[in-house]
Amino acid sequence: MFRQLARRMQAGWRSIVVFIPYVWLLVFFLLPFFIVAKISVAELVIASPPFSKMIEWTDSGAMTIRIVFDNFIYIFNDDLYSRTYINSLKISIISTIFCLLIGYPMAYGIVRSGPVAKKLLLFAVILPFWTSFLLRVYAWMGLLADQGTINNLLIWIGLIDEPIRMLYTEFAVYIGIVYTYLPFMILPLYANMEKLDGSLNEAAADLGSRPTNTFFKVTLPLTTPGIVAGSLLVFIPATGEYVIPDLLGGGNVLMIGRLLYNEFAANTDWPVASAVAIVLLILLVLPMTIYQYYQGKATEG
Amino acid sequence: MAGEPTASDTPWLDKDAEPLIRIKGITKKFGEFIAVNNVDLDIYQGELFCLLGGSGCGKTTLLRMLAGFETPSSGTIVIDGADMSQVPPYERPTNMMFQSYALFPHMSVEKNVAFGLKQDKVPNDEIADRVDDILKLVELQDFKARKPQQLSGGQRQRVALARALVKKPKVLLLDEPLAALDKKLREHTQFELANIQEQVGITFVVVTHDQEEAMTLSSRIAVMDKGEFVQIGTPTEIYEFPETRFVADFIGSANIFEGEIVEDGADHVRVSTSLGEIYIDHGQSTKMGSRVWAAIRPEKIHLSKKAPTKSGPNQAAGKVDDIGYLGNSSIYKIRLDTGQIVDVTSPNQIRPKSRTHGITWEDTVYLNWEPSSAMLLNK
Repeated sequence: MFRQLARRMQAGWRSIVVFIPYVWLLVFFLLPFFIVAKISVAELVIASPPFSKMIEWTDSGAMTIRIVFDNFIYIFNDDLYSRTYINSLKISIISTIFCLLIGYPMAYGIVRSGPVAKKLLLFAVILPFWTSFLLRVYAWMGLLADQGTINNLLIWIGLIDEPIRMLYTEFAVYIGIVYTYLPFMILPLYANMEKLDGSLNEAAADLGSRPTNTFFKVTLPLTTPGIVAGSLLVFIPATGEYVIPDLLGGGNVLMIGRLLYNEFAANTDWPVASAVAIVLLILLVLPMTIYQYYQGKATEG
Repeated sequence: MAGEPTASDTPWLDKDAEPLIRIKGITKKFGEFIAVNNVDLDIYQGELFCLLGGSGCGKTTLLRMLAGFETPSSGTIVIDGADMSQVPPYERPTNMMFQSYALFPHMSVEKNVAFGLKQDKVPNDEIADRVDDILKLVELQDFKARKPQQLSGGQRQRVALARALVKKPKVLLLDEPLAALDKKLREHTQFELANIQEQVGITFVVVTHDQEEAMTLSSRIAVMDKGEFVQIGTPTEIYEFPETRFVADFIGSANIFEGEIVEDGADHVRVSTSLGEIYIDHGQSTKMGSRVWAAIRPEKIHLSKKAPTKSGPNQAAGKVDDIGYLGNSSIYKIRLDTGQIVDVTSPNQIRPKSRTHGITWEDTVYLNWEPSSAMLLNK
């Protein structure tokens, strides 16, 4: 009797535990997505909110549904948008590659270091998160400006006479993105490498493999899940990044986040802004699917 | 192993024989800790040599120095006439079977085994043939396409062995090769491993903490303690002629009694101990009155309920304190009048008529042993 009751309560708890994340995702992710999708197929009107209603009732009681794809057609026809998408993808892909090139050896170094050094290094990777992200970007503005720390230092040493223009260039945006997203590359790589059995390297060496060959034949294939996870964690948010291109790139660097903000805030064109967001989402779903696929494969193994 | 011993079976007795591995004055320090302390060892072609000792005795460190994963703090290792000091692991004529097996999880059984041959740039068709042959030897030819995680523990162990053997190394190093297997499989694999070694004729150096494993497998055993060799010898030498109390106690079990030499003849000694007088019929160079230890193996003591007819050395009496019935034999713990406990193992050769045994708790029993049974130890 009691046991049955307990079992039923346990089953109840189990369904609640499963239920909560579903509700969370539904309310905070799926619903907003549908609202954005709805606005993207509306028309701009001068009203509040500034877009046409999807469903309207005529006086005779008939229901009319208005769905227009003008915003998407507009985005595809104006090459500003395609250029911005391509530039965003280019910047985030290159940034991801740099994060990987810098982060991989760093993660490897952390895994290989002694227990005390390992804790300190991991702490150092996470430490920047304790300061406001905005503050750190402003700090980079101070470093990269014409009269900034780096230029002043180089002039003082005598390496250059004129300040090098760094702020408000793509270079500054790359610096900002790589700097900001590097921990997101290092941490999944670290987690992946930490699990690797060190004796695998020894086994490879024992069987006659030189260190470089061992890296490409053993270490690299076994750290692919970490590379994929880290790359997506950098690539996806970097593509939609707004603050870094705005502050470090000024008006000179086209990125989709800034364009979206302009449409939304400056032009108050919510439908076009929504359409821009939807297209971006579709562009990013692709790598997400690849990530899911790799995750599935990793958990299988 | 069977048949009459020939010179090639016991190369270590041949003074002119050239050892395959010559370890000279090897020391390994980790900071202040001395893992291996100035050891010398010769291992000959075709041997199955066991390094036996408890955890932390330095046996694995010594093996890893042979493989090249650790650099000796001092001393030299020569394998087949070549000094190994400057030779990295990937150029040594050794292959290792790791305790964790260290199979590459992203490669199939076939690819794992072929890995070593690929590094040597062996032609592809030869690789295929050699991989097939070695997988046949370890009876895994049907599992070529499997990944390591799809194999059982015993199968993984055999893949690891095949991967190390396929390169036909001069020396195969095995780090606790059977430790991860369950008891039945381990017993079976012990013999299989020895058979494979005989078939391929490669010199094996095995690290183990399991004395039974070492006894079954080896041509010779080196017993290690605190980074040093305590005794090196054949399984029989180690078991029947231990040189120290540590070896007598570590290999098998032994009843050890401290005593004093009271008579020292050319072919016998008498030792006075708390067990009474022990007469040993093999002479040993000891001084009168010196402190020694006499050790007697539990299976070499006879147990009887009948009182002996005459008094003399090599006998004692006591009460049965405890019995451990193992089926094929029984362990008796005999409490002497002095309060001391003596272990006696006795084979159960006769099936009891009733369901009780002849000797039971609190029985008074009499112990005796042969003059050759006791082992005299100086330290």
